Amino acid sequence: MTAAANVPASSRIRLPGIAILLVLASTAVMALLVLLPLFIVFHDAFAKGVKTYVEAIREPDALAAIRLTLLVASISVPLNAVFGVAAAWCIAKFEFRGKSVLLTLIDLPFSISPVVSGLVWVLLFGAQGWFGTWLIDHDIKIIFATTGLVLATILVTFPFVARELIPLMQDQGQDEEAAALTLGAGGFTTFWKITIPNIKWALMYGVLLCNARAMGEFGAVSVVSGHIRGLTTTLPLHVEVLYNDYDFVGAFAAASLLASLGLVTLVLKTALEWRHSGELSATRRH
Amino acid sequence: MTEALLPSSPVAGGAVGRRRRSRWVEHSILPGFPLALGITLTYLGAIVVLPLIALAIRPWELGVHGVWHALTDDRVAAALKLSFGLSAIAALVNAPLGLLLAWTLTRYEFPGRRILDALVDLPFALPTAVAGIALTAIYAPNGPLGSLFAKVGIKTAFSPIGIFIALVFIGLPFVVRALQPVMQDLDHEVEEAAQTLGANSFQRAIHVVLPAIAPSLISGVSLAFARAVGEYGSVVFIAGNLPMKTEIAPLLIVIKLEQYDYAGAAAVGLAMVAISFGTLIVINTAQIFLARRGRR
Amino acid sequence: MNFQLPADTDVPAANGSSDLSLEISGITKSYGGKYPALKGVSLQAKDKEFLALLGPSGSGKTTLLRVLAGLEQPDAGEVRFGGEDFLALPVRRRRVGMVFQHYALFRHMTVAQNIAFGLTVRPRAERPAKSEIADRVADLLSLVQLEDLGKRYPAQLSGGQRQRVALARALAIEPRMLLLDEPFGALDAQVRRELRRWLRELHDRAGVTTVFVTHDQEEALDLADRVAIMKDGELVQLGTPNEVYENPADPFVYDFLGAACRMPGVVDGNRLLVADWESKAPKGAPQGPVEVYFRPDEVAFGPLDGAGLGAEVKAVAQRGPDVRIECLIEGQVFELEAHGPTLPNGVAPGLSLRVKPLRPRVYPRPAAGEETPAA
Repeated sequence: MTAAANVPASSRIRLPGIAILLVLASTAVMALLVLLPLFIVFHDAFAKGVKTYVEAIREPDALAAIRLTLLVASISVPLNAVFGVAAAWCIAKFEFRGKSVLLTLIDLPFSISPVVSGLVWVLLFGAQGWFGTWLIDHDIKIIFATTGLVLATILVTFPFVARELIPLMQDQGQDEEAAALTLGAGGFTTFWKITIPNIKWALMYGVLLCNARAMGEFGAVSVVSGHIRGLTTTLPLHVEVLYNDYDFVGAFAAASLLASLGLVTLVLKTALEWRHSGELSATRRH
Repeated sequence: MTEALLPSSPVAGGAVGRRRRSRWVEHSILPGFPLALGITLTYLGAIVVLPLIALAIRPWELGVHGVWHALTDDRVAAALKLSFGLSAIAALVNAPLGLLLAWTLTRYEFPGRRILDALVDLPFALPTAVAGIALTAIYAPNGPLGSLFAKVGIKTAFSPIGIFIALVFIGLPFVVRALQPVMQDLDHEVEEAAQTLGANSFQRAIHVVLPAIAPSLISGVSLAFARAVGEYGSVVFIAGNLPMKTEIAPLLIVIKLEQYDYAGAAAVGLAMVAISFGTLIVINTAQIFLARRGRR
Repeated sequence: MNFQLPADTDVPAANGSSDLSLEISGITKSYGGKYPALKGVSLQAKDKEFLALLGPSGSGKTTLLRVLAGLEQPDAGEVRFGGEDFLALPVRRRRVGMVFQHYALFRHMTVAQNIAFGLTVRPRAERPAKSEIADRVADLLSLVQLEDLGKRYPAQLSGGQRQRVALARALAIEPRMLLLDEPFGALDAQVRRELRRWLRELHDRAGVTTVFVTHDQEEALDLADRVAIMKDGELVQLGTPNEVYENPADPFVYDFLGAACRMPGVVDGNRLLVADWESKAPKGAPQGPVEVYFRPDEVAFGPLDGAGLGAEVKAVAQRGPDVRIECLIEGQVFELEAHGPTLPNGVAPGLSLRVKPLRPRVYPRPAAGEETPAA
């Protein structure tokens, strides 16, 4: 069913002039505001030809940045997924006091600046942080090292999976799990064979969003990173480093990779929404 | 949701003790609660609570006076004013823009509608640094749109206007996505009733549709606002970053950290969090008030 | 569609052994410490009996069923099944087949997988071989007449089909007791009636103790060996359908089991006085002020010079074989029914006649301030 189908036919047919006007206005807004930036990224990346582009990508620091981005994401995203499932399980299927506190905490990263999300780790583990001296004594590096990047990324991205799963699991209720128990299934079997299949698309959706944000995060990792080229720069940070050095082609080349990631995410996200809308939380159905 | 609630002792092994009642949690026949809650609390405690406590405590190193001075310092005050002020304006501008898009997408069928719908999420899916350099490239004096504005004597990039444009860009999806579900679920019988009573489409829009979507509109705008206030990557390239003029608060935090002024940075961070929360509470209360009125 | 149990198919029988009778004593449960769902309910179900828990919503019948299943734990009370302390067993050890109101089929499994589930999750030692499981599933599918639908998913089935799958799934584990929570509640009237007969036959063949929750008195009276009528968390009456219908224990039961007309009256000695009608009081009627109940289709119409309540006919309408006669009696309007022989000639609006309840039931009138259920 298309979204416009539940609009009374009378208001669709009447005043076609206004409709056309609005559609054109909307397209113009989207083109100027959203499509133009996307276009410029690729345009400027290839400004000096394909060869320069490829060289920029294959440059050792760029490759290191790509590897680091992948590493950070491959640690943060699975951890966040586990958290998301655990949090959704206890929030959606049980009643207890303090649920709203948990929900507020889960929503928190969306209301604070990514810079603050990085700041707090520096306050804890930076040279003058609470644990700063202890870390130096034990020769453990968190800030200006990969661990710091992972922590900052986790703080910014952990809500995504949980927020997809909680409303869906609340909607689905407990009947199927209760039925499985009466049929003799144990707790883990019930979880694995009944609950997980029912949430698998929402889980995938949440992981998709989580991953996109994890790989693209800039503000939080910028604070904890130290911007050491080749060592602690993820791809978004690498873009900044190159841009500040006036290496525009390099910067846009790296940016084009990230933009492609964004586009792929968008495509997969839309595909999931169109094909499996029944299995995603109600707010995702179009 | 069925309520399989029962007070009993936790399901450990197979035996079930029946009559111990746990006041804090109403236990259910589903297993795994202790484990799931344990993971959740540990994670939240380590990732969110502990860092937040550090943020809340650190500024007071300077003493109450110190914090006050740190926040009322000219540069800091200017940055805070800039961030919150421009975010508010951008969020408000996103209201009509988002409304336009949501309206068009939910009420009309046209070729490419689904693609347009998907594209609304682009500012949300695009990494912020990419958006930052792209917008700078567009609105710089030698960029495609920047040059047009320059001809008329308006400086877009490296000025508050550039910041404003970036904030509108990243806030747009929040308003549109907040409005769409509500607009789709609108009871068209109410609109038809209005029609039979003689209202034209403009009147219907103002008197029937708008009040119904007002709470979501406010919600979307406040989400856009909250996002804009803290935005860094999309803004820091196009801003110009001149202290007192085009320096956003998040950047100030970064600068203070680089100067090892942890307490000062924490003070600004805490102030941002506090003001954001305060604004959200006000907005939420307004929303509840509106929603209650509608239910009478 | 005609549901007939295939004559040659075996219904999985419960563990053939001893006397599996159910004894429930003093079950009490409140939610959140405040809302009392069950107040000391006690009843017994004989081995292989089909017991219906009948009552309006909020009567606690579903809660009691869930206590039996193990999905709820009572605050106090005992349940013994086949002599065992049932409450001490966790859900998955009770071997109780439960059919949920909204089926609770596993949406991501096929019909066949749903039915096989209870067998596939048994511990290794007790699990039948794959081929045996497949055979059992096939038998059950043919039992519930869904032979060709094994590979379908629940979303592709109709409500009646889903319910049959839920039943087959519960039967697959060879349950000792079958619990059904308003299983036909979400189906349309026609399908309900057909499934009813079929369910009863299934029960008779399987020989398994069955507890069946419903708010539909017709269903309960039609299906059950005995009916337990519940209200506000308490057991009000327990008996065979005939017993409860002929001898309702109180006005609530009378009213719940069928249409009721009510009038105030007085019992003096062995006379019953209702308005301008005097008759012999039914045996065992309480003395003093009473409420008199009678069924609208258990009345005789007679001329004004005969015995009965003085009534004025307000409207007459033919409804198939019955005639609805709206009468004004003592300032109250009653919709009465007449069939063939009891209908006097010339009954028309405006006519005054006598209405004589044929089988009135008499209950003590509640003191001022107490509630009588509305007639």
